[in-house]
Amino acid sequence: MATTERGSELRTPSAPLPPGATPISKKRGFRAWLNQRMPIDEFVADQLTGYYAPKNFNFWYFFGSLAGLVLVLQLVTGIFLAMFYKPSAAHAFDSVQFIMREVDWGWLIRYMHSTGASAFFIVVYLHMFRGLMYGSYRQPRELLWVIGMLVYLALMAEAFMGYVLPWGNMSFWGAQVIVNIFGTVPAIGPGLVQWIRGDYGIADATLNRFFALHVAAVPLILLLLVMLHLVALRRNGSNNPDGVEIKDHTGADGKPLDGIPFHPYYTVKDIFGVGVFFIIFALIVFYAPTVHGLFLEQPNFEPANVLSTPAEIHPVWYFTPYYAILRAVPNKAMGALLMLLALVSLLVLPWLDRSPVKSIRYKGWISRVMLAVFAISFIGLGYLGLQPAEGVYVIFARIFAVCYFAFFWLMPFYSRIDRVKPVPERVVYHAH
Amino acid sequence: MRIRARYRVVPALLLVAALVAGVAGAPRALAADDAPSDADWQSWKANTNVTDMASLQRGARDFAGYCLGCHSLKFERWSRLGQDLDIPEALLVKDLIPPGETPAGYIISPMVESDAEKWFGKAPPDLSLMARARDPDYLYQYLKTFYVDPARATGANNMAFPQSAMPDIVSPLEGLKIAVYKTIETRGPDGQMVKEQVFDHFKVIAPGSMTAQQFDQFTHDLVNFLNYVGDPQQATRTSMGVWVILFLLLFTWVAWLLKREFWKDVK
Repeated sequence: MATTERGSELRTPSAPLPPGATPISKKRGFRAWLNQRMPIDEFVADQLTGYYAPKNFNFWYFFGSLAGLVLVLQLVTGIFLAMFYKPSAAHAFDSVQFIMREVDWGWLIRYMHSTGASAFFIVVYLHMFRGLMYGSYRQPRELLWVIGMLVYLALMAEAFMGYVLPWGNMSFWGAQVIVNIFGTVPAIGPGLVQWIRGDYGIADATLNRFFALHVAAVPLILLLLVMLHLVALRRNGSNNPDGVEIKDHTGADGKPLDGIPFHPYYTVKDIFGVGVFFIIFALIVFYAPTVHGLFLEQPNFEPANVLSTPAEIHPVWYFTPYYAILRAVPNKAMGALLMLLALVSLLVLPWLDRSPVKSIRYKGWISRVMLAVFAISFIGLGYLGLQPAEGVYVIFARIFAVCYFAFFWLMPFYSRIDRVKPVPERVVYHAH
Repeated sequence: MRIRARYRVVPALLLVAALVAGVAGAPRALAADDAPSDADWQSWKANTNVTDMASLQRGARDFAGYCLGCHSLKFERWSRLGQDLDIPEALLVKDLIPPGETPAGYIISPMVESDAEKWFGKAPPDLSLMARARDPDYLYQYLKTFYVDPARATGANNMAFPQSAMPDIVSPLEGLKIAVYKTIETRGPDGQMVKEQVFDHFKVIAPGSMTAQQFDQFTHDLVNFLNYVGDPQQATRTSMGVWVILFLLLFTWVAWLLKREFWKDVK
């Protein structure tokens, strides 16, 4: 039975009512009225108070809920920005300055949105790294991982198109470079690029359609995918730092012995995480909104200018690992292919890992070293993508790119031969 | 046990508070900087401070006097400038706003763009965001490194921005100066010793109306003002941030206590 105080009037989630039966409560009052018409208490009992999560979540488990928080933050601030932003090549740049200077609290909303974009990627990268460490992508959560990767891809599209909207010079030239990557598609490349832009160059038509995609199409896809991500998560429940299934050990009441109800335990814990997140977020928004040209770049304070190329064109930091891979290869089409492969590698990860254990805690030294090499390579590539593509930078980008791919494509071999440690029967947890 | 656990968060709170104070106090700490030599012009600092109202007011006055003839601040209204810089509207109208313009209007140069293109080869850029598109330090270095160069159509060249189209309009204040080079010997790529001309210092050949110190102040004020215009709400932003973060610290502390209370059950 569900565990709410009004649990007696709810049906047990595991025992649905026979067809035709209606769970009519004898209770009166607004809440009963509501529940007779919509399964609110039932939903809470199913998804929050009756949803059991492993009790041994650590620091790394804050970032899923934080990603949800940033999504909401971006949607809300984005709606307010869209009230004043003008999606046209002639007015876009000026309208952003209008928001920054003349709209009440416009500067705050805009800085929250621009900081939120980077924050989104920070929490998502940490969330993904958590998955890599503890084997959250392993059977039976492969689809959960794949949907998560689709969320990531949608997020990249969303961020890229959003970055073009302020119509600064880096927006313009960054769009030029990124859209041109599609030109490397065999046969249809040039036509495809023109179709994306809606013009012979990045122009008003491009900006206008990117606005439509950024504020309507992609957010809808994102929300749908995030919902599916949660649905898939609910099917098997969360993995945990030990990579053991809590459902394998249930008590007499059928509840996992090492599980605790998501609400209130993880809701209060996540609220604390939200507080810490917002402190860091506010430090950036109020004291360093450009983060020295990393979140908001200097050339973007000049309007788009087809006649003046910024000294160095590069995308925002969250794309630079892939950008570095693209530039590490002399052949543009090959570079684009490798960039695509870098993403596909992540997507197919569940089928590359052959280790008998899930969590890095019990994997052997080869897996640990490879994961560390991967993390260093990803950060290294991110740094190199911000530097000019010359000399020693290119050499390092090539080394890191090889390491990046080695982590994935050698995994079927090293994960199998690596000496693993014995996995405990139940999760390891020390009460604080 | 209870008390000890509670005090565990204190160092974290202190650290965040110190960070906030550090970030907020940084611009003031930098202000005490002595003037480096000419050859190190690339390390000259503008030392901007958006809370120095007197400096911003002087910067606004000097902008109207020396820059507005060619450069606009098309995103800033006169009234906003008056409001932010504590300049009463009467004074604004009397001393700063060009005849025919109103306080509600944007700060627009009277120069016609097509004329400017004819005269300088390119229209002088709008300066609303110049301090953000470039660095305030760069603007400071730019304004202080004009020198006489007869090869240029304007008769002037610039160290920070070589071949700049802008004439040396600050020379009546700073005086005319020439760049003095010295010859140094370095080993070339083929191992041969080669002589190279490097910039050593500026030499004033005709004094201006200001002393070197006065001109430094003038340049600082102007750049300080342009830095304000680049992000007019930055003073509000930084003063408000402290309260937001203090609230968040309180919120997070309460959230922590709540979490600890609930998690006592988890064994």
